[in-house]
Amino acid sequence: MSVLELQGISKSFGAIRALSEVSLTVRPGEVIGLMGDNGAGKSTLVKIIGGNFAPSAGSIRIADRTVQFARPVEAREAGIEVVYQDLALCDNLTAAANVFLGREPTRGVGPFRVLDYGAMYRRAAELFAELKSETRPRDLVRSMSGGQRQAVAIARARLSDSRLVLMDEPTAAISVRQVAEVLDLIRRLRDRGVAVILVSHRMPDVFGVADRVVVLRRGRLVADRPAGDSSPEEVTGLITGAIEAV
Amino acid sequence: MAANTANASLDDAINRTGDGFLGRLLGRHVFWVTVAAILACLIMSVATDTFATERNLFNVTRNFAFVGIVALGMTAVIITGGIDLSVGSVMGVCGILIGVVMSAGYSFTVGAAAALAGAGAVGLINGWLIAYAGMPPFVVTLGMLSIARSLAMVFSNNKMIYDFGPDTDLLLALGGGTTFGVANPVVVLVVLALAFGFVLRWTRWGTWIYAIGGNEQAANLTGVPVRALKLSVYVLCSLTAGIAAILMVGWLGAVTTGLGQTDELRVIAASVIGGANLMGGAGTALGAVVGAALIEVIRNSLLLLGVDAFWQGTFVGGFIILAVAFERFRRR
Ligand SMILES: Nc1ncnc2c1ncn2[C@@H]1O[C@H](COP(=O)(O)OP(=O)(O)OP(=O)(O)O)[C@@H](O)[C@H]1O
Ligand SMILES: [Mg+2]
Repeated sequence: MSVLELQGISKSFGAIRALSEVSLTVRPGEVIGLMGDNGAGKSTLVKIIGGNFAPSAGSIRIADRTVQFARPVEAREAGIEVVYQDLALCDNLTAAANVFLGREPTRGVGPFRVLDYGAMYRRAAELFAELKSETRPRDLVRSMSGGQRQAVAIARARLSDSRLVLMDEPTAAISVRQVAEVLDLIRRLRDRGVAVILVSHRMPDVFGVADRVVVLRRGRLVADRPAGDSSPEEVTGLITGAIEAV
Repeated sequence: MAANTANASLDDAINRTGDGFLGRLLGRHVFWVTVAAILACLIMSVATDTFATERNLFNVTRNFAFVGIVALGMTAVIITGGIDLSVGSVMGVCGILIGVVMSAGYSFTVGAAAALAGAGAVGLINGWLIAYAGMPPFVVTLGMLSIARSLAMVFSNNKMIYDFGPDTDLLLALGGGTTFGVANPVVVLVVLALAFGFVLRWTRWGTWIYAIGGNEQAANLTGVPVRALKLSVYVLCSLTAGIAAILMVGWLGAVTTGLGQTDELRVIAASVIGGANLMGGAGTALGAVVGAALIEVIRNSLLLLGVDAFWQGTFVGGFIILAVAFERFRRR
């Protein structure tokens, strides 16, 4: 059973055709590296799966049922979590508050409910421990490194027990050591049966963790093959168009 | 044994923070403002024998109570990254509403209900235009500043009201009286400050308005009802202005259409001195109260020290800039 099945997804913004007839199947615990040049349509595809945009054409199936997301929250309820390129975190809140944002646990009776900070800190600490991250639940996100921010965003995905996590360029703006940290986080997710779609421009990252490589070129899917059967050289050729798709 | 150590290290992670209790305390803007306020009071108590008298302290606390009450609502608005310039005019129109209704022979309850309904209506209009129509808070509330002040004149025919009908005594006692030696507006301020402080820290509503101020887009993506929350802070802010107006009319014993004029500036100043960040995402109930107190203490000190009243604006204004500058340097 697939986690996600895209069939003939197209998306136009006015005259711009950002995606044309993209079809893709994602299986549980699979890491897919999604590559392509600037403007190839990667972020657009991520946003369609994440419920930010509706596709102009095509269908999305989850666990063999066709779905339509009107809002990101609906995608999340269907088990899809997006870690945004610009990291949708609140700098002024703690790591724990960010993990639980929008679904804070409360305690009390009837309508008299207060936030259960104890439960939030405990669960967040468990999630960070599970991800082997040094992130502390009570610390403000403002003071965190890029890697720790990623951990917060990913802990959010673990909290909702997502089946699929989409990551848009998580390694674009962080140091080498932090990149290794993020790649480890992705492996942990995979080990727990969570599928990951990783958007990245960095060849070593993709070949370091991905099971499959998918290449978009001018909105079209031009390659979808096991990482082991491909090479950085071939993928570079596919991205630039030096190698024509078969 | 292994499970025990694992548990211990988890507990460690839960409780550990980067800087410890003292570090966190010292890292709070409101802590420093409180220290400044206490210092100012101590210095004044030593420097003059008129400051620390019961009479003077009673007056000082009562004077800042009105601004403090509205600063609580304003702080909630500022936390979301908004601003409400209309609170002074809302005070004006609410004061006139309770005055007109009570002088027509209705009870205090009906008069107060009319004032609060007026405040709520203004808040709903502000909030709707900002949250649902997507208009900038500055523009919407600037427009409302003008509209509400003008309506106050329309409702009262621009006449002073000093006869409040059968419940006059009740109104005057409420605004001008005391409870256990404390001026009633101060009692209201303390109760409201505790309520705001509690709600900001312990409810989803509180966390969510901080989240909106921190990153509205992120809050939206996680399913936080951003629009409804924004609407709610403007309604709440207007209501605090309505409450302050009712108490103020009772204290003054009369109301003119000028009630609350330019108070929006003092209210915003109190919030900002107390640590509310106009960029959104920061501010506390305690800060609003201490900010209001500090402005009044400065004013009162200058008065007692015999400094020309013309200098007041310079000192208060300088302090606003100083408080924000201090916050900037501390963050470095
Ligand atoms: N909201 C939008 N409105 C109009 N055009 C858009 C919108 N979002 C994306 N596009 C266009 O769609 C095309 C694909 O953009 P997209 O952001 O998906 O590319 P990308 O592969 O993520 O690129 P990058 O590597 O730079 O992040 C681009 O031509 C872009 O200008
Ligand atoms: Mg992109």
